[in-house]
Amino acid sequence: MSPTAAVLLPMAEGESHFPPDPSLFWQPLVKFGTIDLFGSEMTLAITRPMVVLALTVGLLSWWLIATTKKAAIVPSKGQAGTEAVYNFVRNGVARDMIGSKDFMPFVPFLFTMFVLILFNNWMGIIPPVQMPTMGRIGFPIALTLLVYIVYHWIGVKKHGFVGYFKFMIPAGLPGWIKPAILGLEMLTFFVTRPLTLALRLFGNMFAGHLLLVVFIIGGWELFQQGGLLTAVSIPAWIMAFAMTVFEALVQFLQAYVFVLLAASYIGGALVDEH
Amino acid sequence: MTGDITLLGYGLAAIGPAIGVGLIFAAYINGVARQPEAQKILQPIAILGFALAEALAIFALVLFFIRL
Repeated sequence: MSPTAAVLLPMAEGESHFPPDPSLFWQPLVKFGTIDLFGSEMTLAITRPMVVLALTVGLLSWWLIATTKKAAIVPSKGQAGTEAVYNFVRNGVARDMIGSKDFMPFVPFLFTMFVLILFNNWMGIIPPVQMPTMGRIGFPIALTLLVYIVYHWIGVKKHGFVGYFKFMIPAGLPGWIKPAILGLEMLTFFVTRPLTLALRLFGNMFAGHLLLVVFIIGGWELFQQGGLLTAVSIPAWIMAFAMTVFEALVQFLQAYVFVLLAASYIGGALVDEH
Repeated sequence: MTGDITLLGYGLAAIGPAIGVGLIFAAYINGVARQPEAQKILQPIAILGFALAEALAIFALVLFFIRL
């Protein structure tokens, strides 16, 4: 049972948790005490998403190593499956978005991000776990920071520091509009892109998790009331099933879109002319 | 009248992205209907456009929860 549900269930009467506060979602498993960092007090703790992330990384490592240990020209079934996923990222995402000339250095990065986000997202609907790690803002922020550093670093390495800003302005524009374009492009490159990248992944996973909690736990609450409400809980659970299937699709899509956009930004930094 | 005006704001904010996503996939379906071989080429572009248009609706949802 997710911690969100564990908090919402006992409060049938009395105080209401609606509308929910972000502090409702801070439910650490083990606390290690507080430290003073940057002037504010921060609690060191192990939380459930951290445990799920460790579990996912362990599973991923086991899967990738086990299927590629005895890599042969004629692949076994495990190796064929891993190769299918790898080819999907390498050809469908990296080569199409970055271009066939210099996409290879980025394929390990993109493949790792794709399988990491995908497995973590799918943990949101696998029964014993049911915790999408990316539904807590810290994790998408970490991944977005990596992408942010990579595409800026690549752009500056290719065009030089001053050339990077010159590269943001396309050629053949009237002179009076160039500062406006530069301002807009800087806003896009430095603010909008990382913000939207992180928030898109976070929002989708968070909203999907809440949706499932609402239907499953709401159905349970309805079931316990008796009478007509118990009859309504069955459609609620059917909706929960439909939402679970929909969530599986959305989770795959969000992992794909994150990697697609990361590859697009890297490719955009590598083109010769804007 | 009691309630939460941020929920009203979220409802209004969800109109635009919904129409945008509908337009994107209408264009995708039209393109594939005219030329079925283009399906593999158009699909990543459709998914990309969908994610960008959907992002604004997601921001609205997040802003509702953090009561900005």
